[in-house]
Amino acid sequence: MQIQPIVAALRHHKAGTVLIALQIALTLAIVCNALFIIHQRVAHLSEPTGVDEANLFVIVNQWADQSSGEQIDAQMQADLATLRRLPGVRDATASNAYPLLGGGWDDLIMMKPDQVQKTTDASVYFGDQHFIDTLGVKLIAGRNFRADEIAPMKPRDSSTPPVVIVTKALADKLYPDGSALGKSFYAMSATPTTIIGIVERLQRSEVDTWSAPFAYQALIWPRRLDGSFGTYYIVHARPGEVAEVMHHAPKALYAQDRMRIIDPKDGVLSFAEIRHRAYDSDRGTAILMGIICAVLLVITGAGIIGLTSFWVGQRRKQIGIRRALGATRRDILRYFQTENLLIAGAGVVLGAILAVGLNLWMMLQLAMDRMPLAYVLVGIIVLLLLGQGAVFAPARRASRVSPVEATRSV
Amino acid sequence: MFGYYFDLALRSLKRNPALTALMVVAIGFGVAASMITYSVFRAVSGNPIPDKSAQLFTPQIDSWGPQQSFNGDNEPPQALDYTDAMALMRAHAAKRQTLIYPVQLSLLPGGDRSLPIKANGYAVYGDFFPMFEVPFRYGSGWNATQDEGRAALVVLSEEFNRKLFGGANSVGHEITLGGHPYRIVGVTRRWNPVPRFYSLFGGSGFEEPADFYLPFTRALDLQIPTNGNNSCRGNISMNGWDSWLRSNCVWVTPWVELDSAADVARYRNFLEGYSADQQHAGRFNWAPNVRLRDVMRWMAYMHVVPPESRISLMVSLGFFLICLVNTVGLLLAKFMRRAGEIGIRRALGASRREIYMQFLIEAGTVGLAGGLLGLLLTAAGVSGVGLLFRPEIARLAHVDLSLVALTLAVAIAATVIAAFYPTWRAAHVHPAWHLRSN
Repeated sequence: MQIQPIVAALRHHKAGTVLIALQIALTLAIVCNALFIIHQRVAHLSEPTGVDEANLFVIVNQWADQSSGEQIDAQMQADLATLRRLPGVRDATASNAYPLLGGGWDDLIMMKPDQVQKTTDASVYFGDQHFIDTLGVKLIAGRNFRADEIAPMKPRDSSTPPVVIVTKALADKLYPDGSALGKSFYAMSATPTTIIGIVERLQRSEVDTWSAPFAYQALIWPRRLDGSFGTYYIVHARPGEVAEVMHHAPKALYAQDRMRIIDPKDGVLSFAEIRHRAYDSDRGTAILMGIICAVLLVITGAGIIGLTSFWVGQRRKQIGIRRALGATRRDILRYFQTENLLIAGAGVVLGAILAVGLNLWMMLQLAMDRMPLAYVLVGIIVLLLLGQGAVFAPARRASRVSPVEATRSV
Repeated sequence: MFGYYFDLALRSLKRNPALTALMVVAIGFGVAASMITYSVFRAVSGNPIPDKSAQLFTPQIDSWGPQQSFNGDNEPPQALDYTDAMALMRAHAAKRQTLIYPVQLSLLPGGDRSLPIKANGYAVYGDFFPMFEVPFRYGSGWNATQDEGRAALVVLSEEFNRKLFGGANSVGHEITLGGHPYRIVGVTRRWNPVPRFYSLFGGSGFEEPADFYLPFTRALDLQIPTNGNNSCRGNISMNGWDSWLRSNCVWVTPWVELDSAADVARYRNFLEGYSADQQHAGRFNWAPNVRLRDVMRWMAYMHVVPPESRISLMVSLGFFLICLVNTVGLLLAKFMRRAGEIGIRRALGASRREIYMQFLIEAGTVGLAGGLLGLLLTAAGVSGVGLLFRPEIARLAHVDLSLVALTLAVAIAATVIAAFYPTWRAAHVHPAWHLRSN
């Protein structure tokens, strides 16, 4: 197949050629950036939390009588006892937060008492000796809290507990050589705290962009936080009984004491719901990008079909002449396919540049990450295939033009 | 003439239904994607208080030192600690000023409620209401004397008043919030500036409307904790409310009203001076580092517009652009196919101007059809926008008359602009050449 005559013919359709190439270029730029965004968002929203999500749920319990800490602490202990007694409950704990809550408490971690700038940032959970078992996280080194290490703590009290359990991510960040167990650090305090246990994985309480550098860095203080607002009861149901327990647990708490607020709408959250909410903007963005990609590819494909059909219609006479001069149907088909390949080729070259440019611009303006070139490659292949697919029907119609057309005047 | 060209356009469009449908669908989808994402973007990026946004400022004072800035960019903390906040109030260097922090209080059972509920509000100074132009249905806010008197007063929002009192005038009644009594002095009309610029430290800016406002001084007396962010640096040692107030923890958002550029300059000097005094007194061992941002600058600095809203709008506009390029190509094909017809019209005396008219009207017709389709898709998309954005943001998107008008205008204008080049080509068809070849 000779390319020169095709190029020569394209010179007569400069505008159309440029428009198709431009459309392919812009489509490539948007599609590969959109695919990259989709991939990133999906990767983010499928990050594991490290907890037994299938069997967990959370009760958002607020106090109606926001008075003394002692009273709240007694109530919390009574509530936990009630929850743990419920049929179908494996274990329960109270905390200031739970993974994917969106917000929460975090401490700046220092290695020395007089250090000014932080070594890292850790998401803070308050929990008793039931915390690890309730969440279903795996203790990979050291030990759990003992009952005598658990104490109540008032808000705005900065006394640092002497012992702490940390995630592996935090342990590795503080002691990269893997020697964290038994060592200590300073959590915004002049007194050190000793690492007595390391859990394999526990997601932070928020997963916003700003906390990405500190992913999975979390610690557990052996305390019951007597916040005057309320507390989160995290409940681990026996397999298959989570829906049942979710239904009964708030009633049991209200029966225990009515001076509490469990929102009828958002007060009891399954972990599926928590995950759904934590990542709703990621999911929404991915869906939108997916819709736009799909519609865009359809419209670009249809545009190619439309313009090529028009060209075929315009060139019926020439096609007839070529056929009369001995060109086979296959030659005609090839002609249009090669023509499309040339245009699409030019389009994807320009598109690759635009795609990288768009990504750079989004990196500057919207704090996006750098797009791996694999996305551009995939995009190029998709668009070249789309072009070939779209051109096939009109090209086949062209190949069926009869040699007799050469003799017609129009 | 217009009617005739419109008729011609319809005939021409009917001749190639597939091509026409493709153009209409492309324009429809392109404009709808742009309008759906724009309806969200305009809600999250709008000016919440247009007539006063340039007179309201939030002062920032670096109370942590240069090594502790939020993002390592030497910006002061995004809120004030108690010490600096009270110092600004005492100095009274602006025409009006308030401190703000969000609070959440319980409301005990009563009336037809058998269980307690929670209520969200703000602890503010009396200046809050005139500063932010809060409209009142009943009563009013409170004055400076009542601020100083640490009075147990409360202003309810219209929605909260409806919930508690069925919308009746409740001024003078007493309600118990968080276990403490307050006398109602005012009920606002519906007032919910979006984004909620005045409380962004620990707030997204898109929360449900507030239920109540109570005096800051009273909230402190009752030791009501903040429901927003509380951020501290260094080694903290505290054991209760008072030591927390003395700590370097920042949690208070201040706002001041400054009418003229001279007032702004004066206030900035005052902040510098105050910071310098703190440096001399040994409380800060760094040079003054202050900011005084107005409403729009503050919202931009706090990144109120969710990044996904911006990205969605950008990508949708890019999508629309591609749809337009597609339309240019298809219109070109369509118009040039009629070169013969144009040649005849030209030969029979039609001017270029008339050819322009004819084809631009044809393009406008496509644009109108695309706009109508776009309108349907936009309406469907906006109602399904909850799938794409967080609920608190999705509920802000709505179709109103201006969006309808914009959808149609953008669709028609964009299509007509896209038609310029194909029309230009059509108008320059050489009459004689086409007559001869036929």
